Amino acid sequence: MFRRLHDAAGERVPFTVDGRAAEALAGDTVAAALLANGITVCRNTPVSGAPRSPYCMMGVCFDCLVTIDDVGNRQGCQVRVAPGMRIETQDGKREIDR
Amino acid sequence: MSDVKTSYDLAVIGAGPAGLAAATLAARQGISTVLLDEQPAPGGQIYRSVTETPVRDPKVLGPDYWHGAGLVKPFQESGADYLPGTTVWSVSRNLEIGLSREGAARILPAKHIILATGALERPFAVPGWTLPGVMGAGAAQVLLKSSGLVATGNVVLAGTGPLLWLLAWQYLRAGAEITAVLDTTPRANWRQAMPHMTGFVRSCYIGKGLKLLLDVRRKVKVIGNVTALRAEGDGQVRSVVYRQGNGAEQRLPAETLLLHQGVIPNLNLANAIGCAQSWDDAQRCWTPQTDGWGATTVEGVSLAGDGAGIGGALSAEHQGRLTALDALHRLGRIDRQQRDRDAAPHREALEKARQGRVFLDTLYKPAQDFRVPSDDTIVCRCEEVTAAQVRDAVKLGCSGPNQAKSFLRCGMGPCQGRLCGPTVTEVIADARGVSPAEVGYYRLRPPVKPITLAELASLPKREDEIDAVLHH
Ligand code: FES
Repeated sequence: MFRRLHDAAGERVPFTVDGRAAEALAGDTVAAALLANGITVCRNTPVSGAPRSPYCMMGVCFDCLVTIDDVGNRQGCQVRVAPGMRIETQDGKREIDR
Repeated sequence: MSDVKTSYDLAVIGAGPAGLAAATLAARQGISTVLLDEQPAPGGQIYRSVTETPVRDPKVLGPDYWHGAGLVKPFQESGADYLPGTTVWSVSRNLEIGLSREGAARILPAKHIILATGALERPFAVPGWTLPGVMGAGAAQVLLKSSGLVATGNVVLAGTGPLLWLLAWQYLRAGAEITAVLDTTPRANWRQAMPHMTGFVRSCYIGKGLKLLLDVRRKVKVIGNVTALRAEGDGQVRSVVYRQGNGAEQRLPAETLLLHQGVIPNLNLANAIGCAQSWDDAQRCWTPQTDGWGATTVEGVSLAGDGAGIGGALSAEHQGRLTALDALHRLGRIDRQQRDRDAAPHREALEKARQGRVFLDTLYKPAQDFRVPSDDTIVCRCEEVTAAQVRDAVKLGCSGPNQAKSFLRCGMGPCQGRLCGPTVTEVIADARGVSPAEVGYYRLRPPVKPITLAELASLPKREDEIDAVLHH
C-alpha cells in the first residue's frame, strides 16, 4: 500500500477504476493513481493468470498494462490520469481468449 | 507543436542529464536540434519530475536531485525543440526516426542522432519477485518524485548499490517507515574494493555517501551479509525469507518489498539500430561500444550518459556536452581544433565525476547467486520462464540468449528482454562454464516499443503528407 505525503501539492483529478469513482493528484500516472487508491493489481498474466502490479514505473516491464478509455494493453506508468478517465484492470487470460 | 520541423540537424533521444546537456549545447550553437522524450516532463529518471514534483520540502529529495533543475532552465532557453510524451520505436541506418506521439506515428529524419537513453535497474530475479507488492527500488523512487507517494505497512528494502541507500534516506526524510534493509553486498567485495579506495576518497561521493549511510544505519534495522532471498505470499507479498551468511532461514513480514542491485545501460534502441556492444566484466552488463566522443559503430549515431556505460548523473551531463561538440564537428559547424578546445573543460569535469566509480562498481557488484538465480526463479517475467527451463535448454544445445528465445520464448514478450536479458545471459554462461561475452545477447529488431496498428496506419506515406502531419 502507498500513502501520499502530507505536503504533496496539486489539484485533485476524478477518474473511475473498474466503474468505481476514485481520485488522483494532478501529474499522477495511471499506475501511480491506482497504487494511491490501494489497487496493487493491474492485471493477470496471459500465460498463467498470475496477478501483477507495476514493477519498474519507467516503461520497461509492461506489468502495469491496463485498459484506458476502452483501449487495452496501455502502459499505466506512461500515461497521465486525465479527468473522467475510465481505467479497467485487465484479465490477461480473458483478453487472449476473447 | 506547430513549430516542429520536418527534419533536424540533430535529434537527441532522452531528456535526462546527458540528453538535456547535449541538446542545450548544440542548440546554442545554432544548429536545428530536437529533444525527444518518453516522459511528459524533462529530467529523465534521475531528475524525474524535477520541474513539477508535488514534494514541496526540498530536504526530502536532497540537493543532488535539485541539481537537475539547473539543467532544465538553460535547455528551455536554448532554442531546441522539445517533444515530450514521445516514444521512439525505431531508428533506421539512414537516420530516420520512427516515433509515436499522441496516438499517431511519424517519421522524423535527422543528420545526426545522440542516444541518451539512460539506465534501468539490473533485474533482481529472486523467487516471488513477480508477486504484487514487489517492486524495484527505482520504481518506489519514481512514485516519490512524481507523485509524493511512499509505501506504508511493513516495507522491506533488499539488495545492494547506492540507489538502495539513497531511497532509504529519502524515505526517512519523508517520514516514511522502513521495517528493515536486507543488505546483499557480498562481504568479499569490501576486500576487493579496498585497492580502489584512494580514487573514492578523492571523489565527490565519499562525504555525501558516508553521511547518508550513517543516517540510514542509525534509524533503520540493517541486516547485512544476506546471501539468499525470496518473497512469499498468495497473490500479494506477505513476507520476505532470507538467509544471513550460512545461517538458517529467517522471515520478516512485508507488504512491500523493494529490490535493487544496481543499474545497467538501457541499450535496446542502440542494439536494434545495430550498434556493436560488448560485455563489461567489471559492471557485469552489456555496453554499446563508443569512442571518447560517444560515437557508436553506426555512422551518425552517438551515445551519451549511462546508456553508454554506468557513470552516474554528473558524468552523463559532461558526456552529453562532449558528444554534442563532436556532433557539431561532424555536422561541419565547428572545426576539429575548436571541438578539442571547447571539450577540454568538459573532459576535465568528466574525469573528476568518474573518480571513485571503480570503487563503487567493485563494492556493489551483485553476488553470483543473485545474478544467476536458483532453478525455481522466474527469469522472464513476460513469458514466465524459470531459470530451470533455461538450464534445460542449455542441456539441449541452446548456446545463447538468441537460441533461448526460440526454445522458450523468453525475451519475446513486450519488455523485449529488458527484464530478463542480463539474467538469461548470466545463467547460460554459468551453465556452459564460459564468459557472458561468449554467449552473447538478444539481437533486437525494431520496433523496440510495441506500436499499435492504428498508430502504424497513421504513418504518412509521402513527403508532403509527412509535412502535413508535422505541421498540423
Ligand atoms: S510499471 Fe513497468 S512498464 Fe509500467
